[in-house]
Amino acid sequence: MRQPFEQVVEQHGGTVLRVCRVVLGIHDAEDAWSETFLAAMRAYPDLPDDANAEAWLVTIAHRKAIDVLRARNRRPTPVNDVPEAPTTLGVPGDKDGDGDLWQAVAALPDKQRQAVAYHYVAGLAYAEIAEILGGTTDAARRAAADGIKNLRKNYPGATQEGAPS
Amino acid sequence: MNITPDYFGSAADPGTLTRLRDRLEQAAEAEGLLDIAFTTVDSPVGTLLLAATPKGLLRVAYDIEDHDRVLDTLARQISPRVLRAPKRLDVAARELDEYFQGQRRSFDLPLDRSLSKGFRLLVQQHLPAIGYGQTRSYRQVAELVGNPKAVRAVGTACATNPLPVVVPCHRVLRSDGTVGQYAGGPAAKNTLLNLEAS
Repeated sequence: MRQPFEQVVEQHGGTVLRVCRVVLGIHDAEDAWSETFLAAMRAYPDLPDDANAEAWLVTIAHRKAIDVLRARNRRPTPVNDVPEAPTTLGVPGDKDGDGDLWQAVAALPDKQRQAVAYHYVAGLAYAEIAEILGGTTDAARRAAADGIKNLRKNYPGATQEGAPS
Repeated sequence: MNITPDYFGSAADPGTLTRLRDRLEQAAEAEGLLDIAFTTVDSPVGTLLLAATPKGLLRVAYDIEDHDRVLDTLARQISPRVLRAPKRLDVAARELDEYFQGQRRSFDLPLDRSLSKGFRLLVQQHLPAIGYGQTRSYRQVAELVGNPKAVRAVGTACATNPLPVVVPCHRVLRSDGTVGQYAGGPAAKNTLLNLEAS
């Protein structure tokens, strides 16, 4: 039975927002979230009843994020002296200095960052992530592992016991 | 390493999600994707669920009907593109508020009667002819729609009215004067009758 779309937003809105933040940073995450849920609402009546809604939403979010990343890479830099770009990452009300983590996440290669987001934030299986990223399940697992390894290297705080609140 | 979902922006940010929800509501409406908008309003007969298509008010539901179940049914029968979107229900909510304050005697709202068919629809279309503060028996309504033997069917039509309060099935009583069945329960029916009698 197809549940009202309201429940899809209710159940998955927060997770999709976190995924978008990890993949794109705080600045572009909200536009990606909006486009993801609008596209999802359009396609929702055709979603098979037994589909995994979260994997489906992350797949849509992934495509929207790729559009943003492409546009970002195409963006011209019309000045000679390019200043160090201020990070667009971070969460509002960041009191614990997690900004470092966000910079470490932002510095990851796209595929590693996506694999980390889809596995550790969305909780998708590597087989599902492989379908989203293309390539094999092993490659998806490796990208996530490499991403975590890089994060650990660049953000030593993450090795402490107990996740910061 | 403790990479948990909370690590990347915890739930401490409900304001952002609320803002994004508002944006989605507006965009869905602008793109014609908001097949069913709903909201809930407080009233003397409990919390009422209001749902509307672009055509008009589709459903009014009492608490005891279980709002989640009502929305599930609408998703199945009409469209799963259902979103909490109070704006489309603004006028309906205001008119209901005026009614419950005793300042309104009839509703002036576009209705979407997609949920009713055949004889039930016919009966429900006739109900607004029973004016504020008046009552009729099931038998009288059967006569009114030109089918005096269909007393029981009139009872079913009233009991399955998808737009209670707005379409006044509460004004139809048993011939012996007792209130009879009601989707919102007999107490709600009495409350409405008392309100209109005062």
